[in-house]
Amino acid sequence: MSLLRYESQVREPLVDGHKTYHDVTEDICKPVEAAPTRLWWIGFIISVALLLFGAVSLYKEVVYGTGMWNLNKTIGWGWDITNFVWWVGIGHAGTLISAILLLFRQGWRTGVNRAAEAMTIFAVICAGQFPIWHMGRVWMAFFVMPYPNTRGPLWVNFNSPLLWDVFAISTYFTVSLLFWYSGLIPDMATLRDRAKKKWAKAFYGVASFGWTGSTKHWQRHESLSLVLAGLSTPLVLSVHTIVSFDFATSVIPGWHTTIFPPYFVAGAIFSGFAMVQTLMLVTRKIMNLEDYITISHIENMNKVIVLTGSIVGCAYLTELFMAWYSAVKYEQDIFFKYRIAGPYGWSYWLMMTCNVITPQLFWSKKLRRNIAFTFLMSIVVNVGMWFERFVIIVSSLYRDYLPSSWSVYYRPTIWEVGFYLGSFGLFFTCYFLFSKYFPVIAIAEIKHILKKNGESYKEQMDGIEEQSVTEFAHEHAHAH
Amino acid sequence: MSVKKFVVGCFDDEKTLFPAVKNTRKAGYKIHDVYTPFPIHGLDHAMGLRDTSLHTAGFIYAMTGTTTALTFMSWVFTKDWPLNIGGKPHLPLPAFIPIVFELTVLCAAVGMVLTFCYLCQLAPFVTKDHFHLRATDDLFVMPIEVTDKTNVEEVKAFFQNAGAVEVFEKEAETGWWLGRYDKAKKAFEKEEIVTA
Repeated sequence: MSLLRYESQVREPLVDGHKTYHDVTEDICKPVEAAPTRLWWIGFIISVALLLFGAVSLYKEVVYGTGMWNLNKTIGWGWDITNFVWWVGIGHAGTLISAILLLFRQGWRTGVNRAAEAMTIFAVICAGQFPIWHMGRVWMAFFVMPYPNTRGPLWVNFNSPLLWDVFAISTYFTVSLLFWYSGLIPDMATLRDRAKKKWAKAFYGVASFGWTGSTKHWQRHESLSLVLAGLSTPLVLSVHTIVSFDFATSVIPGWHTTIFPPYFVAGAIFSGFAMVQTLMLVTRKIMNLEDYITISHIENMNKVIVLTGSIVGCAYLTELFMAWYSAVKYEQDIFFKYRIAGPYGWSYWLMMTCNVITPQLFWSKKLRRNIAFTFLMSIVVNVGMWFERFVIIVSSLYRDYLPSSWSVYYRPTIWEVGFYLGSFGLFFTCYFLFSKYFPVIAIAEIKHILKKNGESYKEQMDGIEEQSVTEFAHEHAHAH
Repeated sequence: MSVKKFVVGCFDDEKTLFPAVKNTRKAGYKIHDVYTPFPIHGLDHAMGLRDTSLHTAGFIYAMTGTTTALTFMSWVFTKDWPLNIGGKPHLPLPAFIPIVFELTVLCAAVGMVLTFCYLCQLAPFVTKDHFHLRATDDLFVMPIEVTDKTNVEEVKAFFQNAGAVEVFEKEAETGWWLGRYDKAKKAFEKEEIVTA
């Protein structure tokens, strides 16, 4: 018996309870097959109401223009682009979990990847709304696509980071959707074959694309997932890098820095994991999935949060140092007079508290494994990350090179807030529908790791492992 | 589309499945396929399937994306409409990197998924005949095709010895047809009546 063949005893099982393959199917399919609960309806109706409020806010903006959002010549990117960057950042965790953790062979990804990928897709849909409606004349949004037109043809500027963003976000959305759905097909087939109701048979039948589970198909499926993971890994890093280029390639003090790409990517992972925690902690409780999304899953994600939070904190300090070290007057003024102090100073310190100081509490194992505390922290981190984008955008814009155009104080209007709330409505409407009608955990993937990482297996192996240790010692004692 | 007759053996553990596959091949029976609820590593090799070359197709799609993006942007900026953007060079290769990369990934991903769907015959409204409904739950289902020379009873006994938990005969359509899973009537059953 090789000592390296089995996992360390320190590692906890990824699936609790002594499950069989059929138990896994039952546990995950039951909430999907049951009728929606009252709690689900309440949540769903609130989400749809928020979505409708967002639609009214957008109507106001389309009819009267972006002035409805209190945007002006100086502060041209207010809440709107803040929300865009915030949602895109959240949309990074899903692909990170499913792609990067797949390449690193992290077994714990299987419990959370399906829901995290769904969350990614919904977050990217929400993110996309902001730059599109921010165009003002939204009916001309298709101008960003390089298509042969009657104006020359006059092409788009391929040198512009804003155009790179169009390509990055749309590619990211498409690839995430394909990755998510190709993983869903076998699980949809499981639901199809269990379906009793006529509509369910029809719906899951169409959604499963006629999947049979043939060995050859699985072989291709595995190859497809691996290559898609390999493609998504640089993709997920490129997307937020390009989002950061929107700022970094400009000459605005406070934006014009080379540290932005890694700093934004770390921040994206940080906020994305926080949102995954918010959703997972509620989902596992309501849908009785505590055996699949265990405390050790939550702890692992908290470890990622404390790591990325510290990277973000390091970036904040580096920025301050570089502003001082560069000896550029404008940089120094923005950072030391108008960002950490001045009328928006409060938002900087709120950001520092939420993103850098409080996540350090996760160095304590006890707190990492505390569900209530984790839930609270996930909200705190998301608030902090929203303020990070707000600080970057507004505190650099409200004092520009020309003091006569300095904007005194930028306040969002109800319609700008309404648009933001509407994006929450869109996000949660999608998430509620997903969690009711789709399997929130990848059934086939859980079965795949069940015999390796399930609780019964671990108990069985612990004995063998101990035995192999004595065997090993025994053999070596004889050898020398 | 063709309807064939099969003897189906169902297993509930990988530990019995692997020797069964090996012995079936040794005994000279032709395994139609093995349907499993999740990917089982090594089963494809045990069945003698060759490795998939889907990733090679992916590489070709990726390169198509790269060259499309590069040639298109270079053509626009040097031949079709050379714009003066702040006095910068007309062919700014570093500035092309993001879009070239994104298009590479996009073409590879879309192309691979479409190829995967084509090879496995997967699409909305595609309907297939399934040997056992629990093949997507907890059973490993192995059908063996019945030909003129096959002794059905012998195959059944063979499966039972191999540790199958369920053994039965079944006529099944091996292709696919457009339809819906909630419709009880199967497309091929109608055809059967016409030819009979």
